[in-house]
Amino acid sequence: MSLLRSITLATLTKDIRLEWRSRDAINSMLFFSLLVVVIFSFSFDPNAEESREIAGGLIWVAFLFAAVVALNQTWARELRNQVLDAYRASPAPANALFVAKALGNFILVSLLEAVMAPLFMIFYNLRALGPAWQLIPVAILGTWALVVNGTFFAAMSLRTRSREIMLPLLLFPISIPAVQSMVEATRILLAGDGSARFWIVLLLTYDVVFTTACLALFETILQAE
Amino acid sequence: MKRAFPILAVLTALLLTYSTYQALVVAPTERTMGDVQRIFYYHVPSAWTAFCLFFVNLIASLTYLLRKSSKADALAVAAAEVGVVFCTIVLITGPIWARPVWGIWWTWDLRLTLTLVLWLIYVSYLVLRRFSDSSQTPKLAAVLAIFGALDVPLVYFSIWFFRTQHPQPVIGNGGSLDPRMLHAFLINLFAFSCFGAMVCWWRYRLELLHREVEEMESLESLRGVTQ
Repeated sequence: MSLLRSITLATLTKDIRLEWRSRDAINSMLFFSLLVVVIFSFSFDPNAEESREIAGGLIWVAFLFAAVVALNQTWARELRNQVLDAYRASPAPANALFVAKALGNFILVSLLEAVMAPLFMIFYNLRALGPAWQLIPVAILGTWALVVNGTFFAAMSLRTRSREIMLPLLLFPISIPAVQSMVEATRILLAGDGSARFWIVLLLTYDVVFTTACLALFETILQAE
Repeated sequence: MKRAFPILAVLTALLLTYSTYQALVVAPTERTMGDVQRIFYYHVPSAWTAFCLFFVNLIASLTYLLRKSSKADALAVAAAEVGVVFCTIVLITGPIWARPVWGIWWTWDLRLTLTLVLWLIYVSYLVLRRFSDSSQTPKLAAVLAIFGALDVPLVYFSIWFFRTQHPQPVIGNGGSLDPRMLHAFLINLFAFSCFGAMVCWWRYRLELLHREVEEMESLESLRGVTQ
């Protein structure tokens, strides 16, 4: 267990340090989601009273697209100097690598959300009418739902031609229930009609099911070459 | 096995002819919907066949991951491809029926959405197979099939809850069913199942032959290198 933890921590700190020095992924993600938000603002009238109804959808779609930008770069770094091959040959558990990568992406996307969500609130004049604190578990569970499968499918699409386009093609169909839960929960909390509990529980179930599946099958994917 | 195929094909063709006759001529016209209701004799059996084939794909994928048998993978490809075709038929015949009866082409009803999402998942499965050309494709595809299967109950619950909040047109109108209608429906169900199984089997054999040819070609080129 301590081996698993130390390898996870080492990989995670290495990734964060690299990202901190280059700031490639976070900058491109931030700018990309800013563009999406601005384009959405032109496409849908943000001052209309209905903006509260559609904002949940817009905000999550923007994050979903931006997350794909980051997820695509997850493994690219490891391919360059055959790091992944070295990892495969080493006795280190595959899941440590997966958990580290997923956590790294989680931190990155959370950071993006922390910056973009207030901006979104300003652009769309949003004010939560429901219990706003529940947006925090929705954001955490929702981000993990996107990131855990995204990290997994990014590893899968490494073996394919045109891998950049492959990731969304694999990720989006599987993510439909998660995206629907996030959007509905956010809409309910912003508009303040009813309880979002069902959607939060569904998101939690999604997270548990797919985290388990990823951990069970990642070894297979990593060794596939 | 090879001999059995033409016999099965002829039997299926006869069965399909009979079932078409049953559906279009023998079964009485539905009182409120009229002749358009007859599309159900094709729509529902296609859906049933598609779901069965997707299930076969899941079992074959699991078998492949456990046993690493190339035949299981060939069956998984065949089932997924034929399943997507039948699922497409379902998604096309559905709106054709819905337009005159419900007045709309499409609604985000539980069954419709679930079928659409299933179709999307399996199309992404086929795209993955298409884009991945390493020898590890079967492994990746099998893993994706398992992820897709895990996703289905979650999709079901999310739409089920969504639907309870937004009432939708109701399918199924109760009342008594004419026995001739039931007969035509069951015959069609059986005929389509046979047809699906036959096409899937044919595709499976084609896939095996295709792999054999590929293997021989690579051996051939290897021999060319050594000489």
